This record gives sequence, structure tokens and C-alpha cells, in this order.
Amino acid sequence: MRLLTHNMLSSNIKGVTNGFPLRIEVEKVIEKQVDFNPDFLKNMFPKIEWKALADASRSLGYSELPDEAPESSLLESEEFLKKFHHALLELQLEEGALVCPETGRKFPVNKGIPNMLLHEDEV
Amino acid sequence: MSSKIAQIRLVHSHPEVYEPCDDSFALVDALLADRVNLLEHRPTLCMEVGCGSGYVITSLALMLGEDDSGIHYIATDINPHAVQVTHATLEAHGVHAELINTNIASGLEKRLARSVDVIVVNPPYVPTPEDEVGREGIASAWAGGENGRSVIDKILPIAEKLLSDRGWLYLVTLTTNNPSQICLQMREKGYASRIVIQRSTEEENLHIIKFWRDFEIQLTTKEVPTNKTVPSRVMDTLLSQVHRLSFKKSSNSSSS
Repeated sequence: MRLLTHNMLSSNIKGVTNGFPLRIEVEKVIEKQVDFNPDFLKNMFPKIEWKALADASRSLGYSELPDEAPESSLLESEEFLKKFHHALLELQLEEGALVCPETGRKFPVNKGIPNMLLHEDEV
Repeated sequence: MSSKIAQIRLVHSHPEVYEPCDDSFALVDALLADRVNLLEHRPTLCMEVGCGSGYVITSLALMLGEDDSGIHYIATDINPHAVQVTHATLEAHGVHAELINTNIASGLEKRLARSVDVIVVNPPYVPTPEDEVGREGIASAWAGGENGRSVIDKILPIAEKLLSDRGWLYLVTLTTNNPSQICLQMREKGYASRIVIQRSTEEENLHIIKFWRDFEIQLTTKEVPTNKTVPSRVMDTLLSQVHRLSFKKSSNSSSS
């Protein structure tokens, strides 16, 4: 699971109002090389919740992203884009769990695939 | 230039996962027929709801390109075996999609709202008793409830929520699903539609319909209460759509 996916997932349990971001429990992190595409990063930047990405990348052991959402002028810096690219796409949670910030319910991640299926009493 | 799609010999399988069949082929053919438009459209996020074997999302990634063309793919399925099989199929073709084991797009709806540029759906469209809908395993790939519309009618409002302003939706339907009624319903929400492919097989009469937001429709719909001339115009367009849908059955496949 790429951190882009983590940035798009919220807890879907019925009644949860503050389900984002999901906390990450790490068992295994992998890094996969992904083609660098500045246009894609610029298109995605406005959709990204920056703090969630920065925190998530830190929990996966990468602490190069600034805490605060950077000015969009920084998107002209290749050095910044490369870090953004690495955190968003290359750093991947292979095994672990995503944890609902409100209820503590764990959504397992196995072989890089998060399981967001709910039990009957959670729908 | 020939474009690649997924190869059947590389598509993985599992007894509980729906294998590519006429409906899957028709959907991929529709995407191929619309490939030039899709490339010009320059989508950023593409998504498949109900990825099954992975044949469709893999084909889409092969025909449009991935990170090199700046496109990110997401695929969901309610069946845990299906996301695993899709993972293997993608890997066998050297492409990537982010996979999520979830019901339709549950968990993604908030953050992906109005963000997805292309959604493809081959829904469970087979008419079945209502209690067969939502069962585990392979039944989730076909059991569609009354008129095969139960799951389609759940997916449509979610797709509508996820689609970006310039988003496109490709949907597989059967004649039994009443595609013209689906188009009318979507039109009320501001979507134009056209049939990309119509295909009759021994068992089924399939339509692959493409939907896109049409801001003129939204405008005219909003004007309806105040402007007397508009309702008749809306009615005319609606009727022409119905006619187009019901009289297009003669051609085997078409694109405009």
C-alpha cells in the first residue's frame, strides 16, 4: 500500500465522525522504485492532506518531509518533488494495520492490501 | 499502433473469483474503442470498482500507461480472493494498481470525493432473488437482485460522488437492467451518456455505457422551474436518448 492510498482512506465505521487519518501500525515496510513524474505530483499535491502524509511517512521510517504543508512554489524544486515522490509512491506498507483514530478498530494490511470490510454491527 | 491489453494466459484465477468473460471483454473493447479520447483526457486517477480477476484494470493500465504517463490506478473488490488474484494479474503484466478490499468504495468516499477522472465498473448485473445479493465469494460477482439493479443502484450515487468535474464512468449493463432508465436517472443528476459498445452474446445483450458530467444539462435542469421553454427541450433530449438506446440494438458495436 502506497502512502497515497493511506492519504485517501478514512475509517468507514458507522457513526465515526473523525475517521482520518488512520494511524499506521507497521510490521513490514518495502520500498519500490516508481518512475518519477513531476506533473503527476503537481496534480496530486492539492488533494493531499500534508500532515497525514508527513506523519505516515515518519511512521514508516522516512523523516525528510516538512511537518507543515509547503507553499506550492516549492513544487518547482526538484529536490522537494523527489522527496514527495518517495513518500507518496515508493514507500509502501506491506504488512501491518490501519487504526481508526476514533474507535481503535484495526484494519489489517496484508501483502500490501488494506482490508476495509466491516462487520455487520459496524455498517 | 496496436495497444496492449491483458493476456488471458497471464490472468490469474481462483475458484471463488469470476473469470474474464464476454462482459469483461466487451468492457475492455469499449475502453479500447475510446482509448484515443482517454489518452487526450489525461486522467490522473483511474479506478475500477469490483476488479475480480484484474483483467480490466490491468488492460486499462496497459493501454493508457502508468507512472510514465502520470496516471494512478485504484481497484476495489468486496471479495478478498479477488483483490489477491488482481494483484497477481497486475504483477504478471508488470503494471501496478493500488488495491483495497472493500465494499464498492467504502473508506475512500470522503477523501476521493470529486477526484477520480475515470471509473470503470462491471457490476453484478444478473437478476437474482434479493437475498443472494451481498453473499460472500464468487456470488458477489454476479448476484444483482431484482432486475439485476440492486448493486448498480448502490454504485451509481457513489461513482457520482467520486467522479471529478471532468470524470468519466464506464458501466456494463444488461438489457434487463433497463439501461435507458439508468441513463435518464443519471441525466437528472447532470450526466450525459452514450453507448460505446452494444453486443449480443448467446445469453446476454450487453451495453457498455459511458457517462460524463454535462454542465449544460445541469444548467437546463436548474432552469426548469422558471423557464417554460426549457422543460420541453429537456424532454426532447431525454426522448432522443431513449430512442437512441432502444434502436441501437441492430449494430453490433459502435462508437461515436
